[in-house]
Amino acid sequence: MAEEIRAEMVANVWKVVVAEGDAVSAGDTLVILESMKMEIPVLVETPGTVSALHVAEGDVVQEGDVLAVIE
Amino acid sequence: MFETVLVANRGEIARRVIRTVQRLGLRAVAVYSEADAGLPFVKEADEALPIGPAAPASSYRDAAALLEAARQAGADAVHPGYGFLAEDAGFAAQVVEAGLTWVGPDASAIRRMGDKISARSLVEAAGVPVSRGTNSPVADASAARAAADDIGYPVMVKASAGGGGMGMAVAGDAAAVEAEFARVQAFAERTFGDPAVLLERFFPRVRHVEVQILGLADGRVVALGERDCSVQRRNQKLAEESPSPAVDAQLRARMEQAAVRAGEAVGYRNAGTVECLLDTETGDFVFLEMNTRLQVEHPVTELVTGIDLVEAQLRIAAGEDVGFDPDAVQRRGHAVELRVNAEDPQRFLPGPGTITTWREPQGPGVRVDAGYAEGDTVTPFYDSLLAKLVVWGPDRGEALRRARSAVAGFAVAGPKCNLPFFAELLDLPEFVSGDYDTGIVGRMRG
Repeated sequence: MAEEIRAEMVANVWKVVVAEGDAVSAGDTLVILESMKMEIPVLVETPGTVSALHVAEGDVVQEGDVLAVIE
Repeated sequence: MFETVLVANRGEIARRVIRTVQRLGLRAVAVYSEADAGLPFVKEADEALPIGPAAPASSYRDAAALLEAARQAGADAVHPGYGFLAEDAGFAAQVVEAGLTWVGPDASAIRRMGDKISARSLVEAAGVPVSRGTNSPVADASAARAAADDIGYPVMVKASAGGGGMGMAVAGDAAAVEAEFARVQAFAERTFGDPAVLLERFFPRVRHVEVQILGLADGRVVALGERDCSVQRRNQKLAEESPSPAVDAQLRARMEQAAVRAGEAVGYRNAGTVECLLDTETGDFVFLEMNTRLQVEHPVTELVTGIDLVEAQLRIAAGEDVGFDPDAVQRRGHAVELRVNAEDPQRFLPGPGTITTWREPQGPGVRVDAGYAEGDTVTPFYDSLLAKLVVWGPDRGEALRRARSAVAGFAVAGPKCNLPFFAELLDLPEFVSGDYDTGIVGRMRG
């Protein structure tokens, strides 16, 4: 089952920690967003494989944008 | 005293500094980025100069742009506020080289306190207690284990380049240290491009208590009591109070003496803060770091001492008498500060936006240091602080009662806002009892 990981706020993509194809487990950091001088790690909730990565470092994301898909 | 002070900052702190500068009969010059053109601090300054686009690196952190603005405005002093270039020794030196007065400690004090490891050695040599930890990165898992055995458990394993709570893990025994070392090192390498890992003693139940100091123009260093900053999320402060409910007269005297020694060790002049961790079980405290600038939470000290710390900073920078008798400072009552942020009250995620409603509370002992007004837009480029709600009462109980009313009377709509968190905090038995520690927000949000 595919799980879409979405941005919860307007932010800059500060770091992308994973690559497509990576196996990830719950609690792993996918990307780190930066907004209002705050670094906000986006974590994996259910383990799987990163099947798609929609952002790169430096991108600006809006609330609700899909960051990555985990299968 | 100077005639014209350039305020090299934005938002609530720029506005707060401008207020004192003008009260002293001096001219206040603001600088602003494109994103901040309509904010109150720009309107209230005697003169305001644009310095560049929204990104801090091209505006509030652009030393050349700031110095050019100071030249254009005919400023003879620069007040840096907090954040941005306030603790940048290079900028402090450039200001002085340009023939202006830097309203802060000299560049060498900033530099020596800026590096955490050198600051720790420096204050330790001056007789200030410090926490045990490694002074350089540990090489591998077995070195981490040996260092941890020496420091004592539990230990904090942390990425040297980390921050905001990322790249940190607590290890309770030797096996855990080896495992966490490998995990933190891999994370740090991947995330920060720097695999350096440090170890330090971890205190499970600790309060963050800091002492305000002033290095006077005559070379003396005096302490103005403490602030308790234990209400934190992601290692960032949300609420502060003075005095600390955990500090009695004897402990205060010990902490003030240590803070004065730390300041004297670097010949400190102007306002500074010595941050300590206080072990609530033993009453022992250790030096954490020194902030060589005005602190965000300085108003709680102002409300209990009656001293305007920005005025003291300006007078000291001008080589003048500090404006009050440093040997006869009286502390009166209790003050609490709540940081009203553009973030949600549950998970503390930031949310900018245009302010459609802004109504500040009023009442005895209530002070609001706000960076915004109705109609202003809070942008994602800067920190999420909207306003500091600071409340004084003759005792802690009354201060908290007044704070509850003030929170209820503060209306903010538009951006996300954490005011409901404070309503909850002020009713929480643990907070009300005064017997809390830095884990309090974590327990509230479990």
